[in-house]
Amino acid sequence: MSWDLVANVAIAGILTGLVYGLMALGLSVIFGVVRVVNFAHGEMMTAAMYAAVVLFSAFGLDPFLATVPVAAAFFVLGYALQAGVINPFITRPEHSQFMLLVAVATILVNALLLGFGPDARNVQVDYQLESFAVGRLLIDKARVFAALLAVVASAGLFAFFRFTLAGKAIRACADNYLGALVVGLNVKHLYALTFGLGAACVAIAGCMMVLLVDVTPVLGPSYTLLAFVIVIVGGLGSMSGALLGGVLIGLSEAMAGLLIQPSAKSMFSFGLLILVLLFRPQGLLGRKSP
Amino acid sequence: MNRRDFNKAAAAVGAATALAPFGIAQAQAKKLKVGVLLPLSGFMSFIGQSCKKGSDLAPPVIKQMLGVDIELMYADFETNVDTARTRAERLIQEGANVLVGPFDSGAAVAIAQVAEQRGVPFVINIAAAPQITEQGYKFVFRNFQTAIDIVRNGLDLIGDLFQATNTVPRTAVYMHVNDTFGQAMTKGINAMLPRATRLPFKVVDTIPYDPAAKDLTVEVSKAKASNADLLLIVCRLNDAILVRREMVKQRWNPMGIISPGSPGMYEEQYFKALGKLSEYSISNVPWYNPNSKLTKIVEKEFLKQNPKDKLVFHGLNAGFTFEAILIAADAFKRAGSTDPKTLADAIRQTNITEKMTLGGPIKFNAKGQVEGIGSACVQNLHLLPTVVLPAAAATAKPVFPSPEYKKA
Repeated sequence: MSWDLVANVAIAGILTGLVYGLMALGLSVIFGVVRVVNFAHGEMMTAAMYAAVVLFSAFGLDPFLATVPVAAAFFVLGYALQAGVINPFITRPEHSQFMLLVAVATILVNALLLGFGPDARNVQVDYQLESFAVGRLLIDKARVFAALLAVVASAGLFAFFRFTLAGKAIRACADNYLGALVVGLNVKHLYALTFGLGAACVAIAGCMMVLLVDVTPVLGPSYTLLAFVIVIVGGLGSMSGALLGGVLIGLSEAMAGLLIQPSAKSMFSFGLLILVLLFRPQGLLGRKSP
Repeated sequence: MNRRDFNKAAAAVGAATALAPFGIAQAQAKKLKVGVLLPLSGFMSFIGQSCKKGSDLAPPVIKQMLGVDIELMYADFETNVDTARTRAERLIQEGANVLVGPFDSGAAVAIAQVAEQRGVPFVINIAAAPQITEQGYKFVFRNFQTAIDIVRNGLDLIGDLFQATNTVPRTAVYMHVNDTFGQAMTKGINAMLPRATRLPFKVVDTIPYDPAAKDLTVEVSKAKASNADLLLIVCRLNDAILVRREMVKQRWNPMGIISPGSPGMYEEQYFKALGKLSEYSISNVPWYNPNSKLTKIVEKEFLKQNPKDKLVFHGLNAGFTFEAILIAADAFKRAGSTDPKTLADAIRQTNITEKMTLGGPIKFNAKGQVEGIGSACVQNLHLLPTVVLPAAAATAKPVFPSPEYKKA
């Protein structure tokens, strides 16, 4: 097996993994702060993919440019969903929250089926079939751009939580819910803001993903599952863990496909999940529960 | 209504209900209810919709040909084998006299079990796994080539192609969908290729992949790394598009892409999604005869129902689906009954000589399988699936190797 084949596949896996990481980052942020597991995460990404397809077919808007309006729209929708629907469930038992978000996921899938039908859709941008040649390596242009944007978006989110007042307030809510209430933070607003940010993350990931795969309404559950695998591997609630998990899953799937058998790719990511659950249940970068 | 009239009416209803399962009441039916099971959604939905175009035009054409009334009862099995089983059950409960479908071997296996258990005839339009007609079933019939026949004909046509273009590829890489159909085809290829003396190439790597895969980067990288002259592929539609796109991204231009007998590369969506990149792909598949009398009638109705479409993009799917319903209607006409057993016996006696697809007459053997169905080498030329072999049915000459071919 030649080194360039291994390198080509590894690079493709890492680049795809970065987009996976951004998708999972949204899930991790929402869980880390609001302590609600978003079971509609993959479906939200599918909806964002459709939004990118619609903007492309209606206005010829490149999915990279579409990230701005789609992320803004998803931020507003995410905020409204948390403020109007999820906040009343915060203090309810976990199974109620689970059923609520599964219901949201089901509604999203069926709305997409009603609106777009079952057929696969995609965007056809000029650079989609092009690749960068670096020596004997061929690197898919769309994948490189998507991964770069995923890194930029993740860095932006990190910076928001680290340097802005709102970000610090959200972190305070995540660290100590009671303390945040005592010092007078508007926790419900901050929760909604967090959910909005998570939704915006998943929207950007969706706009990027539509450059890599065709979208169908039933794509959602597999991405929800993938996001869970990534955040559990990386550490539920850990932002850097989500990115690391995404890269690891992307890379392990690609290498398993190359070294073992392509049709057994996903078996490997689940194998990795079991190993992490056995030997480091809090995830690679997660914090151990006190 | 007095008490005596009421008792008479009740007795009549009771008798009709009691006799219904034995076909006595059904024998008087004037209309044949055909349950059509297709993957109208899910990753095979494009092909399911293409087959539906064939079933949609069956009622008016068959009424005109045989004077038989057909009622179609559609069921979407969502490209899911378990759903196919439950939808088949439901169609039978809702009164379907015969089942037709499903364009998928896995689903066909499941539906065949239901049809056999419930004693309702099942006419397969497209599904190639050989085992379907090897179970000794009494109610299952197939007017389509088995995987073994598809492979045999497909490999023969590859030999003809090499001969016609005076080309001798030395190596091939084989990619296939890892599902019931793909595995059946692979078994056939592995068994027949070593004995095919006109095919001098050696298969240097075999790469199975998930039929619902969203990304085939790794698979195509492996195929490219094999440095093979030729890509031999058993695919479906969505994966065929993914493979072709990935080949362009990875700048891999083998002598050609040849399917020894699978869907995908002649479908309308393949052309729509890929445009010029769809050119020169070759599929050796059971095909329709554009010159037959029945094709002309079917084409007229097809254009009436789909004025913006072309039959050539749906020839195989629509042709075999139409013929499956024609078989059921012809049997119904001869039997004069919807009694399942009588209908199955009549289907077994089928002898339709005026048909749409290539090959001999539609006649079932003892296993419920039609033999002698023909294949054609169909190459994508000028954005249309074009018959290039056998020479008798060809409308253009084959282009091989592909003009983009670059020796790796």
